[in-house]
Amino acid sequence: MTWLTTIWARVSGAPALALLWALAAALVLYVFVTGGYLIAVLHFAAIYVVFVTGLNIFMGFAGQVSFGHNAFAAIGGYASAVLTATYGWEPLPAAAVGILGALVCALIVGYPTLRLRGHYLAMATLAIGLIVYEVAVQWQSVTQGYMGISGIPPLGIGRWTVTSDRALLVWLAGFAAVMVLAAAGIRHSRLGRAFVAVAGSEDAARALGIDVARYKLIAFLISAFYAAVAGSLFVHAVGFVSPEVFGLHMVVLAFTMLYVGGIGTVAGAALGALVIALLPETLRRFSEYQDLAYGGLLILILIYAPGGLASLSGLSFGNRKADA
Amino acid sequence: MTPTSRRVLEVGALSARYGYVEALYAVDLYVDEGELLAILGPNGAGKSTLMRALMGLVATDGEVRFRGASVPRHNPVHAAAMGLVLVPEGRGIFGPMSVAENLELGAYLLNDSREFARRYERVLALFPRLKERLSQIAGSLSGGEQQMLAIGRALMSQPKLLLLDEPSLGLAPRVVEEILEKLGLLNREGLPIVLVEQKAPLALRLARRAYIMSVGSIAAEIDPRTVKSHDDLAHYYLG
Repeated sequence: MTWLTTIWARVSGAPALALLWALAAALVLYVFVTGGYLIAVLHFAAIYVVFVTGLNIFMGFAGQVSFGHNAFAAIGGYASAVLTATYGWEPLPAAAVGILGALVCALIVGYPTLRLRGHYLAMATLAIGLIVYEVAVQWQSVTQGYMGISGIPPLGIGRWTVTSDRALLVWLAGFAAVMVLAAAGIRHSRLGRAFVAVAGSEDAARALGIDVARYKLIAFLISAFYAAVAGSLFVHAVGFVSPEVFGLHMVVLAFTMLYVGGIGTVAGAALGALVIALLPETLRRFSEYQDLAYGGLLILILIYAPGGLASLSGLSFGNRKADA
Repeated sequence: MTPTSRRVLEVGALSARYGYVEALYAVDLYVDEGELLAILGPNGAGKSTLMRALMGLVATDGEVRFRGASVPRHNPVHAAAMGLVLVPEGRGIFGPMSVAENLELGAYLLNDSREFARRYERVLALFPRLKERLSQIAGSLSGGEQQMLAIGRALMSQPKLLLLDEPSLGLAPRVVEEILEKLGLLNREGLPIVLVEQKAPLALRLARRAYIMSVGSIAAEIDPRTVKSHDDLAHYYLG
């Protein structure tokens, strides 16, 4: 468990980061106690923390672009939904099938395109996102088209299930924390350094003996894994899935979270997901001006913190430890 | 003729093109064991392309033999594993990572922590300024420090031949002096070095031999001791 102590040393060595963890924990605790609609908002936030943290490994660490990670979430989500609701599988093996399917799909898309430089991959990912969406709409015998699948059972193993909203919140928050820590572990490993080197300069990375195409593919697969996990969690948390759930808006939302939080840093990705998920709720008091306030705030953040929220607190620059 | 066993690098009829543009045409050259070779020439002569071609970063025709073995074409990872290391033009520092992480990446192909520690100590002894900045983000270093880091990172892989593309680019004269001094030291310890420079006088002070490049090929080989003035070089640059 040395990696755990290493991560802890990094977390505790950076006050700004420790504060962030404490705030997130306090938020979960507060909502856990007060309950109400905010619980559902935090469910959603925790799932997006997983999704965006994975996307950050590919886009932030390895410096690539994907417009189609919603496809991997859809594959994970639909596999979970169909296998549990229609065929009565357990959530865990159903999610495993979904994750495997997403990885195979990522391998098929990524292997040829990641050898090329430039925007080929971005275009290919955009295509895969649209294709998976169309499949979800058209393959009615399995996905029930626009109608969607309802009655998806909650998370659980055997007879033990997570039925209450509060219990689900604890599980999702814990799960998100583990996924974030895993991403931090990757960032500070040999693998993570190779990713960041690829993002910095492909030629310089190659000249050091780093197989660029291979590491791009590995980053792509890891982020597809995160996306599929998020997709599975989502359908179990909501109990319903339709093609719209994993539409292109998911990509737009994830990009917003990534850039507002601070792309490239683990803390930034998680922070962005939390803030953007909670923002519409906190702006509710502006009633009809809510969208205006939301848009205005995003613009302000991007003007005054172009490196994302994480850059404001010194989480992304100036100190290696803070980079976790 | 020197016996071929002393050759570290032998290049025969090396050509490279970007699309339709021939950037390198039938280049022949060699580097001897322990030698510091300078490659001079004006902007656009193909010096950087030559470095990239040797490293396998561009597709080429022709032959590159390194320490008696043929270097496979267009395979920089293999070339790096053979001990050929390039410090690219513009340094190629990984800005968002710390100085320590950049150095760790230099030894990417190494899987031996004791050997790693040995190399690490050596690089930090050579460039004490890096030691003071280990946890600093590489992008926040000064230009000179970044160049030191780029060289230090290359040394972490324990190269058998070090290729340097314009290390003086954009640096203050005093810093250039310091870096050249370190290169001279490394060379005297036995490391063969190929130094690409636009600023000929700098390179000629260190080099035992120099090639002058012009429009994609080698125009001349010169002995720095015989170059008495700038005028001797000028006609290579000015045609």
